[in-house]
Amino acid sequence: MPADYMGWLRREGRIVIVGASLAGLRAAETLRAEGFAGELTLIGDEPYEPYDRPPLSKAVLLGMASPHHTELPHRREIDAKWRLGVAATGLDLAAKRVRLADGDEVEYDRLLIATGVRARPWFKEEEARLDGVCLLRTRDDAVDLYRRLKAGPRRVFVIGAGFAGSEVASACREMGLPVTVAERAGAPLVGALGGVIGAVASDLQLENGVDLRTHVTVTGLEGDAVGRVRAVHLSDESVVEADVVVVSLGSLRNTEWLAGSGLGAGPRGIACDAGCRAFDFRGIVTDDVFVAGDVARSPHALFGYQFLSLEHWGNAVAQAQTAAHNMICHGADRRPHLWMPAFWSSMFGVNIKSVGVPPMGEQLMITQGSPAERRFVGVYGYQGRMVAAVSFDNTRWLEFYQRQIERGAPFPVEFPTTDRRPEGRQPVDADFPDPSLPSHGPMVTLSGYSPADQQLVFHPARH
Amino acid sequence: MRLVVDLNKCQGYAQCAFLAPDVFAMHGEESLIYNPHAPEEQRERLARAVAACPVQAITADGLDSTGERHTGSAQGASDAR
Repeated sequence: MPADYMGWLRREGRIVIVGASLAGLRAAETLRAEGFAGELTLIGDEPYEPYDRPPLSKAVLLGMASPHHTELPHRREIDAKWRLGVAATGLDLAAKRVRLADGDEVEYDRLLIATGVRARPWFKEEEARLDGVCLLRTRDDAVDLYRRLKAGPRRVFVIGAGFAGSEVASACREMGLPVTVAERAGAPLVGALGGVIGAVASDLQLENGVDLRTHVTVTGLEGDAVGRVRAVHLSDESVVEADVVVVSLGSLRNTEWLAGSGLGAGPRGIACDAGCRAFDFRGIVTDDVFVAGDVARSPHALFGYQFLSLEHWGNAVAQAQTAAHNMICHGADRRPHLWMPAFWSSMFGVNIKSVGVPPMGEQLMITQGSPAERRFVGVYGYQGRMVAAVSFDNTRWLEFYQRQIERGAPFPVEFPTTDRRPEGRQPVDADFPDPSLPSHGPMVTLSGYSPADQQLVFHPARH
Repeated sequence: MRLVVDLNKCQGYAQCAFLAPDVFAMHGEESLIYNPHAPEEQRERLARAVAACPVQAITADGLDSTGERHTGSAQGASDAR
């Protein structure tokens, strides 16, 4: 290794980014912005340049945007070699090489893995192949689903009432299509926001004419003689006729290509340290392999150093920037990834936003507004501390709550708030499902010490 | 032109929907939906929307022929303040 390895790396090193979506693109831009002048290669399994996914379940289905055109704007020229439409199939850590599906091998000095997640397919392969059974994750999925919805199906059936499923149901109602939603839990969004807020999401669906079925699972999809889906069978023995079925059962992390590589990668993603450096399977941190975005799992100081796995747009951007910075910096100049979790969704005309980690919350207080009015702020508490907030059509207050969470403000909420109702004076059980059961939405893996044991002052990242 | 709105930042001030109504629209009280691929004739309106966003949540490219990138947001993490 040259004495000035970092100087050499920045001038003429080879950086490979596997995953050419939001995180991959933003990382590439950051590398160039911070002076990386070497060779940069982006590898993506989809044949498209990086595009934005959130519009695919919202503006695209509402007819305001084309599914073919959600490409992300570039913040700067990145002068990269693009290998699109070819998946990475293996990693040789010792030889520092990525293997590609077309047999090629690409060598790196630093590697960033940002392979993200894919939609979990319907578990019965034969049924999943029926015409009319759709997923919604990629641009191709959106093209297909939009075409089917425009054709005016008699009924759309959505399996799973997480954010994506609920957004699809919302779009269907706006298009005037009959839609049935099946959810294993007692309400939509319970995995992400708990049962109390889930009940509000239930009301939204029912008020908007969704045929919502909770506490049921889909047992089978029935096809007709020519292989088109025609009906959905439920665990309560009911049968619903539908000609489009949207499978919205969360996601799978794209880590299979790393099997046997020696990297600490598995179904829960790739574990990394706060500096985005991947762990190997022995739990020893690598120094040349970094991870970012949906596929990463990293410890967060503000949440008890638990490993957070966040499928959040903002996390992909922030973590990509931090990983890219750290890839071309010496230890002392590196930054921890201390992003405050935040996400948004919109359904049935309501803007839902959140900061912090709601599923960590044991209790909930409605500090402003009222769920009955579909306009409120809810605050989640864990062991005497505020850990998250959620707003329905009340986004301008969220920044205030974000600062409270950063401060480790006490819970129950002590300060008076505007528009506090009697119902918001006492905390209630946030009513999250048993975490050992699979659920939708952002996942928190519990490990580390109790967050009540606050031994640090949190300063949000400034970069 | 391509654009993206950081909807974590967006606070529904609707300046964009007012200045470039063919690109941005409010959906309900607070939700924003937009076309990420704005047609050429929207260039000037889009530029105004980017500049007017009170929380600088809109990033667009191709706004001028020099290939310079436009963003209303600082080149930093979305959580930086």
